[in-house]
Amino acid sequence: MAAPWAPFAATFTNFLFIRGRSGLARSRVAWKAAATERRTVAGTQVLRLIHTTSPTQKKNVATSGREECTVAFIKKQIEEFNIGKRHLANMMGEDPETFTQEDIDRAITYLFPSGLFEKRARPIMKHPDDIFPKRRALQWGEDGRPFHFLFYTGKPSYYSLMHEVYGMIVDLDKCSDHLRAKGLLPQKKNQDLIGSRWLIKEELEEMLVEKLSDQDHMRFIQLLERLLTLPCGSTEEEYIHKFRRAIPVQSKTKLIEPLQYDEQGMAYSSGEGKRKTAKAKVIVYEHGSGRIKVNGIDYLLYFPVTQDREQLMFPFHFLDRLGKHDMDCTVSGGGRSAQAGAIRLATANALCSFVSEDEVEWLRQAGLLTTDPRVKERKKPGQEGARRKFTWKKR
Amino acid sequence: MRENAWSSGRGGFDPRVGARNRPRNFWRGMMLRKVIRLISKSHKLDPGRFLHVGTRVSQNVAVGLDAQVPSEKSRTISRTQENDPAKHGEQHLCQHYSIPLEELKTIFPHGLPPRFEMQVKTFSEACLMVREPALELLHYLKNTNFANPAIRYVLYGEKGTGKTLTLCHAVHFCAKQDWLIMHVPDAHCWVKNCRDLLQSTYNKERYDQPLKASTWLKNFKTSNERFLNQIKIQQKYIWNKRESIEEGRPLGEVVEQGLNRVKNASDAVGIVMKELKRQSSSGSFRLLVAVDSVNALWGRTTLKKEDKNLVAPEELTLIHNVKKMVTNDWHGGAIVVSLSQTGSLFKPRAAYLPQDLLGKEGFDDLDPFVPIQVYNYTPKEFESCIQYYLENRWLQHKKAHTEEGKKELLFLSNSNPWQLERLCAHL
Repeated sequence: MAAPWAPFAATFTNFLFIRGRSGLARSRVAWKAAATERRTVAGTQVLRLIHTTSPTQKKNVATSGREECTVAFIKKQIEEFNIGKRHLANMMGEDPETFTQEDIDRAITYLFPSGLFEKRARPIMKHPDDIFPKRRALQWGEDGRPFHFLFYTGKPSYYSLMHEVYGMIVDLDKCSDHLRAKGLLPQKKNQDLIGSRWLIKEELEEMLVEKLSDQDHMRFIQLLERLLTLPCGSTEEEYIHKFRRAIPVQSKTKLIEPLQYDEQGMAYSSGEGKRKTAKAKVIVYEHGSGRIKVNGIDYLLYFPVTQDREQLMFPFHFLDRLGKHDMDCTVSGGGRSAQAGAIRLATANALCSFVSEDEVEWLRQAGLLTTDPRVKERKKPGQEGARRKFTWKKR
Repeated sequence: MRENAWSSGRGGFDPRVGARNRPRNFWRGMMLRKVIRLISKSHKLDPGRFLHVGTRVSQNVAVGLDAQVPSEKSRTISRTQENDPAKHGEQHLCQHYSIPLEELKTIFPHGLPPRFEMQVKTFSEACLMVREPALELLHYLKNTNFANPAIRYVLYGEKGTGKTLTLCHAVHFCAKQDWLIMHVPDAHCWVKNCRDLLQSTYNKERYDQPLKASTWLKNFKTSNERFLNQIKIQQKYIWNKRESIEEGRPLGEVVEQGLNRVKNASDAVGIVMKELKRQSSSGSFRLLVAVDSVNALWGRTTLKKEDKNLVAPEELTLIHNVKKMVTNDWHGGAIVVSLSQTGSLFKPRAAYLPQDLLGKEGFDDLDPFVPIQVYNYTPKEFESCIQYYLENRWLQHKKAHTEEGKKELLFLSNSNPWQLERLCAHL
């Protein structure tokens, strides 16, 4: 089995190495020793792992990252990735045709188990488009003349895009003049635009592989809006859709548990919540007199501090149901404040079953249904605590 | 709302505003209120009701009275005019009755909890709520058969439910009925925080606490002045080589001796207790022994001897004497006792039952007894308490008289009187 494995292993390790090296290249650029070689050996890849001694700033991006910018290089990487994917599928005993990215990830974690805490430092195998950042291809030829006519504006792709959109607007104006003269104006349809939003500045920058300013982005969006006001044909609409992203629907993500009934026919609902290290499980009964027991102990004895009891009171008080429900809770872990917060979250989750959709939305907006993400920050070496530094002595 | 002398509560006045700056309506309002008080006294209605009449001068006083009387009856009445505990019955439940301040000084020189004393000073009146356990206890006390040995009544309950105040209610009743009251305010005081432990001259094994004994004697004297001259001692007592007390002298002299010579105070206490116990059986007077935090008698102490050993409670003279009083081998009176976890030493916070707080030894000593449990407020009692605070203008928060505010307070305090009082102190 060694023979068929060897070439595969070579490509595999090549691939992994290259990924590792591109990571290095991204952060510490300009290997002075390698740069000279590269200029002479343009187009071919240098696969020796040369250790960098001096990290330098990101200057000469175009020259030092030249090998990665070539389209041929990326294409070769893609081919190698696909071959590697098929080999991996064979190794794992699965069908190479239907081997998805999740399967790849699972296979890699199985074959290369890593104990590193930082997930981004573990071995990964992904499509080259995800790994290599989009770089601009070389923009001038051998004689030094730039290819694009707008190169000297500094943002050629952005200005060419604006120019294109403006060209479309002018054309559409002419068409609409003709159509208005004939009296055949088509109706405006706006349904396509609901549920989507324009590109934000970061996404536009990513698309154009250029740095933009806020004003540039604003001008671009204004131009697109102006395009929308005119009667568009289907090609224009497709073009506009390239610049729109769908908004995910947020508020419907909460699942409301149905009410459960116990032996006596009393309706109850349970909820869970946690805060810091405390976890709480709560059962809220529908009809009651406001009696609350925590771990079998009355809440007045369990939480002697008024602040904790106010936290318990908050969900009921918000929904105006102060004396109407009975509650049984079990809570463990954390301290007194964390346990109170955990019970509060659990109560709010449990009360969702008794309450209408609007009130669930109000609860969500009041922040009663969100788990508090704050946890204790890690202590760093060289400091006394998470943030506190050691006492600074001048001498 | 106009920011003026009226902004602090309806019908109240802001003492920061000077007399000249008060609006005109203020003085007319004061006159109105004085008139209303006179009228209300004649009608035997509560003066506090009419503060809500308002300050509109044009309102006729008679019209005001007529308008207010029907709406009053729909509100929960939180006060009663019946100030004699002997006449308190079922119809007075959940209502506050007031104790005149002069009586307070004589009957309770040392018996009331400190927070209650602060409240008395603030409101300039002492009001106790009539509650079920107290009524039960009073009923038993009224029907005591003085020929039988003294029955022990033990008040117990969770922290802050009102055991001490119920005890004080019983003491007030007995004082009105002309009993002799031996009230030990807090037995925990005697087993901790004592700087001066003297070895007793009477019994080498025991230790004296002169300061605490002398304070107790002083308070005892204030509360039972009239009995001190009537009761005569029946045995000769020798203090030391030069001083002694003959048979037949009034008890007041023993007390004087204890107060003058602080060293002999604890022995004086012992003598007083012995004599009273012996003579109550004869029937000339009735004796009430009221001990708060009785679980201190059988617990542990934090006091140390010179050689750093812990003192057991039996080795303290005062405790020893009180233990003798609490045994039911005498007749002609009653023993009312309450447990308390608050000042207790080495007991967990959640403990409130007699077995937990008294320990096996204490339980056996006190057995048999009549247990009376004191609970948190019922909804009616809670309502009455809030009404009382509102009347005395103690709750200044806007939401305090709304239903939601009351529900919040109910939840936060879980109807516990102690907790409620602390919460309302902030409002």
